[in-house]
Amino acid sequence: MSRRLFSSRRNDYGGSRYGGNEMRNTEREVFLFRRRLVIAALLALGAFGALFGRFVYLQVVQHDHYRMLAESNRVAIVPIVPNRGVITDRKGVVLAQSYSAYTLELTPAKIRNLEATIDELATIVDIQPRDRKRFRKLLDESKNFESMPLRTRLSDEEVARFAVNRYRFPGVDIKARLFRQYPFGEVASHVIGYIGRITDKDLERIASWEDTANYKGSDYIGKVGVELSYERELHGTTGVEEVEVDAGGRAVRTLSRTPPVSGNNLRLSLDIRLQEVAEQAFGDRRGALVAIEPATGDILAFVSKPGYDPNLFVEGIDAANWEALNESPDKPLLNRPLRGAYPPGSTIKPFLALGALTSGKRTPQYSINDPGFFQLPGSSYRFRDDKPGGHGSVDMYKSIVVSCDTYYYILASDTDIDDTARFMTQLGFGRKTGVDIEGELTGVLPSREWKRTRFAGEKYRDEHRKWYLGDSISAGIGQGYNAFTPMQLANAISIVANDGVAFKPHLVKNIVNLKTGEERSVAPEPTHTLTSKPEHIAIIKNALVGVNKEGTSATAFRGAAFTSGGKTGTAQVYSLKGEKYVHSKVDERLRDHAWFVAYAPVDKPRIALAVLVENGGFGAQAAAPIARKVLEYYLLGKTDPGPAITVPGQQGEDDTD
Amino acid sequence: MWEVLTRRIDNFLLGCALALVGVGLVTLFSAADQSTARVTSQVASLCFALVLMWVVANIPPQTLARVAVPLYVAGVALLVAVALFGIVVNGSRRWLSLGVARIQPSELMKIALPLMLAWYFQKFEGRIRWKDFVIAAVLIAIPVYLIKRQPDLGTSLLIAASGFYVLFLAGLSWKVIAGLAVTAGAAAPLLFSHMHGYQRERILSFIDPTRDPLGAGYHSTQASIAIGSGGVIGKGWLNGTQTHLDFLPERHTDFIFAVFGEEFGLIGNGLLLLLYMLLIGRAMVITANASTLFARLLAGAVTLMFFTYVFVNMGMVSGILPVVGVPLPLVSYGGTALVSLFIGLGILMSVQAHRKLVNT
Repeated sequence: MSRRLFSSRRNDYGGSRYGGNEMRNTEREVFLFRRRLVIAALLALGAFGALFGRFVYLQVVQHDHYRMLAESNRVAIVPIVPNRGVITDRKGVVLAQSYSAYTLELTPAKIRNLEATIDELATIVDIQPRDRKRFRKLLDESKNFESMPLRTRLSDEEVARFAVNRYRFPGVDIKARLFRQYPFGEVASHVIGYIGRITDKDLERIASWEDTANYKGSDYIGKVGVELSYERELHGTTGVEEVEVDAGGRAVRTLSRTPPVSGNNLRLSLDIRLQEVAEQAFGDRRGALVAIEPATGDILAFVSKPGYDPNLFVEGIDAANWEALNESPDKPLLNRPLRGAYPPGSTIKPFLALGALTSGKRTPQYSINDPGFFQLPGSSYRFRDDKPGGHGSVDMYKSIVVSCDTYYYILASDTDIDDTARFMTQLGFGRKTGVDIEGELTGVLPSREWKRTRFAGEKYRDEHRKWYLGDSISAGIGQGYNAFTPMQLANAISIVANDGVAFKPHLVKNIVNLKTGEERSVAPEPTHTLTSKPEHIAIIKNALVGVNKEGTSATAFRGAAFTSGGKTGTAQVYSLKGEKYVHSKVDERLRDHAWFVAYAPVDKPRIALAVLVENGGFGAQAAAPIARKVLEYYLLGKTDPGPAITVPGQQGEDDTD
Repeated sequence: MWEVLTRRIDNFLLGCALALVGVGLVTLFSAADQSTARVTSQVASLCFALVLMWVVANIPPQTLARVAVPLYVAGVALLVAVALFGIVVNGSRRWLSLGVARIQPSELMKIALPLMLAWYFQKFEGRIRWKDFVIAAVLIAIPVYLIKRQPDLGTSLLIAASGFYVLFLAGLSWKVIAGLAVTAGAAAPLLFSHMHGYQRERILSFIDPTRDPLGAGYHSTQASIAIGSGGVIGKGWLNGTQTHLDFLPERHTDFIFAVFGEEFGLIGNGLLLLLYMLLIGRAMVITANASTLFARLLAGAVTLMFFTYVFVNMGMVSGILPVVGVPLPLVSYGGTALVSLFIGLGILMSVQAHRKLVNT
């Protein structure tokens, strides 16, 4: 049994003669081995014979057939690049479109002296040092030896001049290529994104979609924003054209043609006019704004200031512009609503209050007495309120309207942080909102588990990983470990405004198939509903209305011709270690971030938003006026809201938060 | 001095190899539209490859046997690392990033597996039983499974073949071989249904090349036209129209044989096959005369793998096998492949040069 699989016994020619002798055993093995080798050699010979047979078949038997094919194999299969889909705003205003233009293209493999050729071309068409640099970069990046553009957007005159001189330049061609244009430039640049030349990394991505053939002939691919996340909708299906070519490889006539299918158009949920108003409202300040239609999850405005001009990227950005954008301390390339995680400050209070109502920890009537600070039992450390003498007796309504810290210190000390985190997750905190562009951060929703994981590293000890009551207290007013994106805050206020029914926020409203006219909506169904009772939400909304009427942002909303609810917030960038914060004395980049969340009108909210002004100082002063301008325009169509909005620089204690 | 340089070198083997590289350079010059850039780069790789070949030829097979286990273990560990932290290229997880460089551990396995198996059978020489074949099969299955998962079906089959060759030469029973053949035949449809899209596409394009004119089928069709139109005497060097009108894809690398076939015709193809046969024949003589079981099995596996690459590449280009990414040994453009092939030649030379030393 043990030797059955091993063939030596049956094939043992020498075994009986040599017996069990070790030496002879080896000889027998060598003999058997050589026999196997001969068998392998014969098989190899047979395989080579088969190959040779195939060659004879191809080159002798079928030679005439293939020679004819080769003769007529002047038939080249040329991909026809489809038109990339158009991106419009919700009202159909074009935000990104393609147009056709002539380019001067060089095929390096067919050109003996590249430099000399370019020098000579420069005498016919205008070639700037910038063009040469970009071409060199393309040359370095491209491994295959296809043709690459030296100059783009040739004028008709230049095309004519080159056509006359074409015979002098083998390997140089004029081609019509599609270019992408973003008519609004910087406006909404972080939403729309841009396309750029396909790199090796993009090729990997295309291969992972198993779509390589469809990108034959395509030069560009979405790199950022909607252009990236909806690449597969926008691209379209590449067509095929069979053309007859002459001995030089130039097309003579078309034999057959499968037309390309244009990419789908995208209709964004964005209102570009509102977007413009919002961006203007920021002026030169840095920050973010996200406005959502609560009843649908449509994102109406999505601001990240400063922005950048996406048109710069389409043909490959030049070094100077790239450096200016990439190294600016203002970080214009950072998508702040999505990738900026900031402490929420007091904007978190209405959400925590809703959680307390939902869990039954608090009733609306429950009041505390605020001496102006809070102390943990057995500790002398004072968590301070903004108002030195305290707010006196504070119930839930007042706690939101005056933004009383002490109320929330006490609430936090009464509530388990994990319970808080569980409720806040329903509002979308600590996880991606699922908005349809890439790169979204989850932010930090502190909990015991989060802290354990965060400080799991070896350089931390168990006391770092443990959750302390003090952690809960500072988290209770939106400081401490909390960090959320403007997208998350906008989403949360939108859910509250919509009475607890949550939608997945989305930038693209419809995907429009041009041919069939069919429209598909993105994320039209609600995702979930808060566990809070309707009356809980009503209590919070009532308090938010109070904030704009008689609370911290009353000044900013004085005289507004619409009803609204809101909440201010101020997030510390830098801990002052007990010193009093004086706006003018702190370095600009270390000043507090200003927050404001709002929705309007109160009855049937049409818009909910979150505004963040980086290093803007108080939320009421820096962020709330921007929110008012946006609401005013969206609800009333007013572009110039007048002087009512200007908020005096100095504010009373009650107006801060 | 000269003696030191040449005493381990097998002139016949080296002569054949250099002739083949020469054919490659001549074809490459034509395929690259008479640009010398690739030719120079290939010559540079050749110099490096020759140095490595010399080094390996001077290492006695016993020393190679000593690194077999560490190399195999390292290879498997790297493959596991690829599965866990590998970089995805073209939708397959084949590469491992080492900070500065990226490596493809499946390349290492091509030599590590035959080494390991040869070492194993050497260790149990004279008392090899059926269980040793089972263990050997497991040793083969581990890397083959890991590579197939990447997914890289082509390479995993080639590595399975290299392992199988060692088993075959070690005397695996014909019954088992027949059983394997039947199983493979029966499993083919099952395998097809488990394939990834691009792999299926290649097989389907092999059956009907017109189904995907922009993709895999295009390669096959154009290669057949190039070879067929070459006829008996070929179109002459630098005169292949298919090549120069850009109809041939990958004409520097995997499809270089189509360029050769078009320009040098059936006569050229026959001579090229002859050169390969001389090289493989010489390698088989070396294998047959090797002194230890380890040397025999290793040399045999290297030889048969060399044959396999030639057959698979030519078969693919001439349209009797589906498109697999295998370069034509010693002829295709590409430094890595050239270096590994010359290391293989170095192993054969080492086996040849050290055979008497062991006998005494």
